[in-house]
Amino acid sequence: MSDWEKRLTGPSKETNQERVGRVLTTLSITVIGLLVATILIFLASKGLSLFIKYGVNIWDFVSGTDWSPKKGSYGALPMIVTSFGVTMLAGIVALPLALMVALAVTEILPPAFRKVTQPVIELLVGIPSVVYGFVGLTVIIPILRQWFGGTGFGMLAATVVLFLMIVPTMVSMTIDTLLAVPESYRMASKGLGATRWQTIYRTILPSAAGGVLTAMIFGMARAFGEALAVQMVIGNASIMPTSLMSSAATLTSVLTTGIGNTVMGTAANDALWSLALVLLVMSLIFNLAMRLVNRNKEG
Amino acid sequence: MDPQKSNRLATGVILCFAAIVSLIVLSLVLYLLATGLPHVSWHFLTSAASSFTAGGGIRDQLFNSFYLVILTLLVSVPLSLGAAIYLSEYAPKNRLTSILRLAIEVLSSLPSVVVGLFGYLVFVLQWKMDFSLLAGALALTIINLPLLTRSCETALSQVPFLQRQAGLGLGMAKWRVTTRIMVPAALPGIMTGAILSAGRIFGEAAALIYTAGQSSINVSYSNWNPFSPTSFLNPMRPAETLAVHIWKLNTEGLVPDATAVSAGAAAVLIIAILAFNLLARFVGGLVAKHFRQ
Amino acid sequence: MKKIMGTLGALALLLLLCFGWFQARGSGATITKVTDVGSTALQPLAEAAIPGFLKNHQNINVTVQGGGSGTGLSQVQAGAVDIGSSDVFAAQQAGIDASKLTDHIIVVTGIVPIVNPKLGVDNLSMDQLRGIFAGKITNWKEVGGPDKKITVINRASGSGTRLAFEQVVMGRQETVKAQEQDSNGTVKQIVSNVPGAISYVSSAYLNDQVKALMIDHVEATSKNISNNRWKLWSYEHMYTTKHAKKATLAYIRYLQSADVQSHLVKEAHYISIHDMKVRRDADGVVTKIGEK
Repeated sequence: MSDWEKRLTGPSKETNQERVGRVLTTLSITVIGLLVATILIFLASKGLSLFIKYGVNIWDFVSGTDWSPKKGSYGALPMIVTSFGVTMLAGIVALPLALMVALAVTEILPPAFRKVTQPVIELLVGIPSVVYGFVGLTVIIPILRQWFGGTGFGMLAATVVLFLMIVPTMVSMTIDTLLAVPESYRMASKGLGATRWQTIYRTILPSAAGGVLTAMIFGMARAFGEALAVQMVIGNASIMPTSLMSSAATLTSVLTTGIGNTVMGTAANDALWSLALVLLVMSLIFNLAMRLVNRNKEG
Repeated sequence: MDPQKSNRLATGVILCFAAIVSLIVLSLVLYLLATGLPHVSWHFLTSAASSFTAGGGIRDQLFNSFYLVILTLLVSVPLSLGAAIYLSEYAPKNRLTSILRLAIEVLSSLPSVVVGLFGYLVFVLQWKMDFSLLAGALALTIINLPLLTRSCETALSQVPFLQRQAGLGLGMAKWRVTTRIMVPAALPGIMTGAILSAGRIFGEAAALIYTAGQSSINVSYSNWNPFSPTSFLNPMRPAETLAVHIWKLNTEGLVPDATAVSAGAAAVLIIAILAFNLLARFVGGLVAKHFRQ
Repeated sequence: MKKIMGTLGALALLLLLCFGWFQARGSGATITKVTDVGSTALQPLAEAAIPGFLKNHQNINVTVQGGGSGTGLSQVQAGAVDIGSSDVFAAQQAGIDASKLTDHIIVVTGIVPIVNPKLGVDNLSMDQLRGIFAGKITNWKEVGGPDKKITVINRASGSGTRLAFEQVVMGRQETVKAQEQDSNGTVKQIVSNVPGAISYVSSAYLNDQVKALMIDHVEATSKNISNNRWKLWSYEHMYTTKHAKKATLAYIRYLQSADVQSHLVKEAHYISIHDMKVRRDADGVVTKIGEK
């Protein structure tokens, strides 16, 4: 009797399975959450110590234009402006082009093309950034030098290299988004007599807008954090950029160049961590802004 | 304008620009292959790297790259798949969940140098892993999580709602529906994410310099015991990957043929990624077939 | 049936792993680990010496990693690694207590100004060189070259090469804010690609991609460096704590031995410490060896 009772009132096999699933997935999200939290705390504590321990004024840090840690002058504005500028430029150039490639692949060309694009994109994502930097140095910079004069190093060269680096990721993600638009939308639009362009413009793009924006954020995030390739072509001079062809330095390039040459715990080293923190905060703001835009569009 | 005309015009413009972008990108790949392939030979692939004499190969680096990709995917795919399932199936729609999502996304803009240094201070020093493949794999996991979690979640959300309903209607537990119906159906999308992130692992250098290290110790390829320090399978040994090797050659390479070796290594890397993709797709196809039966 | 086979297979694998673990633990107990972190310039040499060292010290496992001089010094000071290799004197590096570390000098490297081979300039005076890096001379025609703008490429601030350059060439002069590059290889690539560029690299990295300049008509040969006629040179150091492990010291002694210094060091185009007729201290004061 008691056996029957147990079977009838106890948890079913399904409930147990459910429990296992819940525990496993909660565990993995907890691990990730903890990891993210640790990194954020780690960065915050390292990055803030320049202001707390060495008493550097945060406002001076963000608005100062002279970066010479050796003399105790920490003005990060040139790098902030350059990082932002280069990323925006690369993103703005890459977005329409990536969108066009994705539209061509999903809406216009026969499906066979899709089978080819995917492996090519994956290939491009895997090319080390050093190689992009090298191509930038040996191919792009001489071309720029011939067209615009000067040395060729600068924001424009960095933009071109970053564009090459982020376009594959953005195309791949945009293709995914466009494919996620239900086929019924297309059919309905065609059924109403719309041309292909009208379908794309009036139906597919509005419903995929959120995903396309996310693709852009992801691409730009990668551009924002990229160091090795940019470092080789931007000229690495921590001065305020005056034109697209003048040497400049991004947050990451200064960070990468300096981190091996400073001693942990010194002001010069902590200043580099502060740059990393600025980078994080900027991408956070960026992300939030994009979300807001997205929500307004949907709402 | 006449809709037919604008349609033709738009199609033309789109195709034209798509062709230009593909042309640029393809010429990049061809350029890399053309400059690199002449240096690739059987000797190049099967001999060890040299420190400052010409004629070194990339045997260890090539193997390390593949091994690191496998190790990293072993760690990061289950983790991000679990997280994606949680986010798409179980997560309550509240502020915490959206903060979590945001945090994971913000992670993707961390420069890899910072991830590398974090890995060095935490995994290598704090957790006493030393410079090792495992520490490298963990650092790469941090880099991969955003993209991988997102692509898993997208793949899961694209499974038709009817399939899920059918499973639930049969009285199956949500977890069972997820693992038996959703995941197999979403497998192609998950695969794409995994392969994309494998590409990033192949190409990443900055995060590995401080974690997996930039020199390889002598390993024996006949020692299959993963716990022996000289075994090629030991995940606790320092290992230099192909991308790190290319980086090292370009920055502080002392070998007289640094440019040639680096170009050759880049070409090999491209072919290796291609081979890995094809293999992964093939295996993925087999697995998907297995699930469908 | 399938399930049972799977379980059995997994069990067998597990057993095999356990067995391997025990075996490895049994045999690996006596191996001492020596870890060297730091200067990327010294890394190739330190790595190349390992096979020869292991011939006589089979129970020592040496790992050499880069990471930069600053990292090397801070890690050896923190006790995280055994050797911190560095291009600079510990006393020159902010945040390092040099009195707690022991300095082992491994090799000497010359630092050589380089320009693009097509430029057609092969000699500069020390004043001209200083003027260029201070930003006072901006065109090659001012120093007898073609009418071309000078592109100054400096080295990363805080790097050993930069410190030595500033100490010897610049003196009190400030360098102009210019491009900064971290590594010898990248600098070389940039100079060989940009017609009007000038920079300086460690002599080990010279090749026909770039043109090495003479200063005051003195060439940067090993001989000129060893007697200080060529003043632009620096040491590559390995720092240990005061109470270093025996294995660590054995490795450093091996690197300093005549065997390594007369073969590997020469092959890598460094200058042996045994050939030096002068020495320099952290403040840049040069004395003749044997005089003091």
